[in-house]
Amino acid sequence: MDIHEYQAKEILARFDVPVPRGGLAYSPEQASYRCTEIGGSAWVVKAQVHAGGRGAAGGVKICYSDHEVQDVANSMFGRRLVTKQSGPRGKLIYRVYVEEATDIARELYFGIVLDRRIERVCIIASTEGGMEIEELATSKPEALIRTTIEPAIGFPEFQAREIAFALGLPPTLTAQATRVFRRAYRAFRDLEATMLEINPLVVTTKGSLVAVDAKMSFDDNALFRHLEISELRDRSQEDARESHAADRGLAYVGLDGNIGCMINGAGLAMATMDMIKLAGGEPANFLDIGGGASPERVLKAFRAVLHDKNVEAMLINIFAGINRCDWVAQGIIDAFKQLEVKIPVVVRLAGTHVEEGQAMLRNSGLPIITADSLADAAQKAVAVVNKVSAS
Amino acid sequence: MAILIDEHTRVVVQGITGRIGRFHTEEMINYGTQVVAGVTPGKGGETVLDRPVFNTMKEAVAQTGATASIVFVPPPFAADALMEAADAGIRFCACITDGIPMHDMLKVKRYMRRYRAQQKMTLTGPNCAGTISPGRSLLGIMPGHIYLPGRVGVIGRSGTLGYEAASQMKALGIGVSTSVGIGGDPVNGTSFRDHLALFEADPDTDAVVMVGEIGGPQEVEGAEYVRQHMTKPVIAYIAGLSAPKGRRMGHAGAIVSGVGESAQEKIDILTAAGVTVAPNASCIGETVARVLSEHALLGRCSEVGSCPAVAGSSAATSPPVDHRLQHPTR
Repeated sequence: MDIHEYQAKEILARFDVPVPRGGLAYSPEQASYRCTEIGGSAWVVKAQVHAGGRGAAGGVKICYSDHEVQDVANSMFGRRLVTKQSGPRGKLIYRVYVEEATDIARELYFGIVLDRRIERVCIIASTEGGMEIEELATSKPEALIRTTIEPAIGFPEFQAREIAFALGLPPTLTAQATRVFRRAYRAFRDLEATMLEINPLVVTTKGSLVAVDAKMSFDDNALFRHLEISELRDRSQEDARESHAADRGLAYVGLDGNIGCMINGAGLAMATMDMIKLAGGEPANFLDIGGGASPERVLKAFRAVLHDKNVEAMLINIFAGINRCDWVAQGIIDAFKQLEVKIPVVVRLAGTHVEEGQAMLRNSGLPIITADSLADAAQKAVAVVNKVSAS
Repeated sequence: MAILIDEHTRVVVQGITGRIGRFHTEEMINYGTQVVAGVTPGKGGETVLDRPVFNTMKEAVAQTGATASIVFVPPPFAADALMEAADAGIRFCACITDGIPMHDMLKVKRYMRRYRAQQKMTLTGPNCAGTISPGRSLLGIMPGHIYLPGRVGVIGRSGTLGYEAASQMKALGIGVSTSVGIGGDPVNGTSFRDHLALFEADPDTDAVVMVGEIGGPQEVEGAEYVRQHMTKPVIAYIAGLSAPKGRRMGHAGAIVSGVGESAQEKIDILTAAGVTVAPNASCIGETVARVLSEHALLGRCSEVGSCPAVAGSSAATSPPVDHRLQHPTR
């Protein structure tokens, strides 16, 4: 789960990582009021969206008066910010964060991620703050300072100190930097984050460290232990189709095509999407209804797929393992009747009692097209959407 | 011989008293798996399906001589159950539980480093379908009947996609020595590389199929292992060519977040390592048959002796292997 910059900063502040003074605003007036509250003579207005690359997309602006702050905020509210990471539809701006401008002497990068190769948490730092880490990793991999965390020990002072020296920080700053790094790690560990990024971590002209931007992601599987984090979920930043499915316990990812998919198992679901593409079609979604494919889940999944108005046909691919194809077929028929499905549906069943299942679908009198294999199903689904589009 | 489990393997079910644990225990018993005990803390003394339930893994192992376990424990407690199994001397553990927190798994991995290689438990999963040595033993949740006993090893991250592969192979008369589910999580017990090594050393496996997907370094590590160490032919399929970058596709580990993690990159790296990659999920079986035929292994690996997918393939040339002559070494 992703959270907003201001939320990440609140968390970091709680762990005594220095962040600029700032305040959240839901309206231009509130944004301008934040200036008086914060004080100073320059402020930064930052659109709060779940996507990186806001600066280049016009989502971060420096202002020198409260009027300017108000105007800038006014131009941001209600807009969808399209950044390199947001996807083409962009993310809705409905809150902005106003903070004091920081006098920057140096910009550093500090991040904590899981290194899947060694299955350890890894600290990444760089003197090239402000650049995107992916870019840095490809263009200047030698500029990355990497440190691996031993899970039983944590992040000892010497490792943090080594990073401070490797970043070329002056001796007057190393003690402070060591503290900041270790506190950030503590936030990451205690709240079971999967990613923490302070970019840039700024050395101010007055010689102190401040986290000027912050990003955190959390492990969905660990949220049951961190209810205060799960409350930070912002549904406005999610794809509406995905929110709808997630609320019903379905693993769904919205895509741009017109063939709705319902499959049991994540790997088989991806393989089916690939097959649709190969047959010349475009999947509308990824949807894994789980290994069991019970009638209740089939019904929920139907609703989730049909929630997407772009869907012109559906492909159902179920490998009945521990359950039986005739039960799955009954679930599909029931869902069809209950929801008055109007679009063509291609169904491929495999596994236990497959002949019975297919016969039930064929004899149901419903506009169900049965398929024998994955390839056959994909070709039939693509053929029916092409016919729908042509007519 | 198969790898990891066979008809002599004695199994403990961790979480046997739950609905799901109980259901699959029955399926495993029906398949012929030697389920000898269950463990649920606080329910020691009860019986489930005529199997004794113990409070701790140590007791279960001491009383029954079990060497393998399968875990159906709910996610908040599953990591603890894995460490308990490792500490009780279990040699092979399949963790079915989906949704274990990542930080918990990092601790499990760290904990298991305390054991020397010879004493270390082989963990598969979490979030896997389990392992099956067809005709011998089933330690998982997969439908046993879709696997034909045979001489091809299978390693896969995904459950149902693994079934797809196995049933396509079965339709062509090609059987499986052992199919190992390694799971769809970002941090898991063992990976392609570990099981490729076991299959390479197994005299009853002639070829290996890797069923992979987007995300993580495991397929690439597997490719490197194939390039350096494998003499047996390896076939692969990688799901997720159409998956967008940066999106999590169902499995917690199925997300492209770095170089070498997309399906196309993995396919290229595997191909360069000498692995034959099936171009789509509908022709995994065909691709296996073709590679076996090229290596003159099809007769040995195919129960029916000939494979309709490969025109002009020769019928069985080597004598059938009598599995009864093989004894487990453990």
